[in-house]
Amino acid sequence: MDWVNAVIQGVLVGGLYALFATGLSLIFGVMRLVNIAHGDLIVLSSFLCLAIVSGLGLHPLIVLAIVVPLMFAIGYALQRGLLNFTLGPDILPPLLVTFGLSIVIQNALLEIFSADSQKLPAGALQTASLQIVEGLAVGVFPLIVFACAIAVIAGLQFLFYRTALGSAFRATSDDADTARLMGIDNRHIFALAMAISLAVVALAGVFLGMRTSFDPSIGPGRLIYAFEAVIIGGLGSLWGTLAGGIILGVSQIVGGKLFPGADQLAGHVVFLILLVVRPRGLFPRAVD
Amino acid sequence: MSLLETRGLTAFYGDFQALFGIDFAIGEGETVAIIGSNGAGKSTFLRSLTGLLANAADAIHFNGRPIGDLPANRIVGLGIAMVPEGRKLFPSLTVEENLKIGAYSGRDGDWSVDRILELFPFMSERRQTPATALSGGQQQMVAIGRALMSNPELLLCDEISLGLAPTVIKDIYDALPAIQQAGTTVVVVEQDIQQAMAVSDRVYCFMEGRVTLEGAPDELSHDDIKEAYFGLKGAA
Repeated sequence: MDWVNAVIQGVLVGGLYALFATGLSLIFGVMRLVNIAHGDLIVLSSFLCLAIVSGLGLHPLIVLAIVVPLMFAIGYALQRGLLNFTLGPDILPPLLVTFGLSIVIQNALLEIFSADSQKLPAGALQTASLQIVEGLAVGVFPLIVFACAIAVIAGLQFLFYRTALGSAFRATSDDADTARLMGIDNRHIFALAMAISLAVVALAGVFLGMRTSFDPSIGPGRLIYAFEAVIIGGLGSLWGTLAGGIILGVSQIVGGKLFPGADQLAGHVVFLILLVVRPRGLFPRAVD
Repeated sequence: MSLLETRGLTAFYGDFQALFGIDFAIGEGETVAIIGSNGAGKSTFLRSLTGLLANAADAIHFNGRPIGDLPANRIVGLGIAMVPEGRKLFPSLTVEENLKIGAYSGRDGDWSVDRILELFPFMSERRQTPATALSGGQQQMVAIGRALMSNPELLLCDEISLGLAPTVIKDIYDALPAIQQAGTTVVVVEQDIQQAMAVSDRVYCFMEGRVTLEGAPDELSHDDIKEAYFGLKGAA
């Protein structure tokens, strides 16, 4: 039963990793931009939520209603005001600029919030659990996170493949110049993609802060998880990203159980093995 | 009054000048062909008209309005649609999605997916097929349909016969009368001079970024065209 429990915990934490990864995958898919600051933006959302929670005394899940739209707006402005100017045939400028952004965010957070470890108060949700069978219980909060991950991915899948805006996203991703001939303003489409990405980041950041303690330096570590989930799942596949997150989560928890203290290493090793065996990931997009 | 007019239009790729003062006009309902060899500036001219290459506002007038400095995504909403060279369908989109995205600019008009399917009946059975899985000729028809979905007043067709078999080219040009009857003004860029002369009311010949000849097909002699096209005088 211990092992079943470990796998279930791994699957559930995989939902959080999928949330880390979805936004990264989305903007890479739409505009071939690798956002090195992605992890730091997750941590920024955790701190934004912390500031609002301590200011207003609300529950972090309620504060989501503020942080998600706020990060959406920040994403739009960031893309329109800065990152759009870095896009071109060369993929190096966006890498350098987001790397710089990563440093700026980390140090600004350090300056404002200090290097102390923080945690978002989850209240009773912290310890609530559901008994499934004798000796097997799952936490309510990890379940909520997992359900949110599925809802976000299903929602994005619908947006991308069933709506006119989704067609515009895919068309712009295919060929930005020809998309402009259709009347699509690619700068606006890119900004919307970043806005959606950061809305998901906000969700991930708040869940992260409720689950574990965080400080300004942990962003790059989250970026690695996000990268690994995206690559395992296969670039361009949203459900693949969920699968990637789950594989990473299960590897970490089961690995940590086999070799105590080696949970993160286990995740990286499984990632590397999959990279060797399936370099294009498990569910690569057919067209590419 | 002309529907579209350019005055002294120039275009540059970096330091390289591709167009040297093009004066061009097309009236409403007219069909004009632009001929010229590779590198004559035909495609560059269309890229300028559609806003993919920026210009001075006054260099291009459409419906009496200066549009030379507008970005490409604003031009299509004014009523200029382009069938780009090489078709440039969106591979991630199905045939139907490619058609629908042509209507993204939201211009009012009579064209709809159903009418495009009437014009090109083969598409009915291939609506859900990824667009780039079609044959070259079929892709060209989707590209034309996609441009028509924006209900253009002016349709620009860049080398729609390039790389296609003669029978397929005939099928594609068979759609032209229906498009003209809908009141659409058409510019076709062609390397195939016979084809260009057959479908157009007037012909412009480009050479090295300049207009070297202009007139109605039946007024132009074989030698005039040869000279304007190749820059050869009295040769052969």
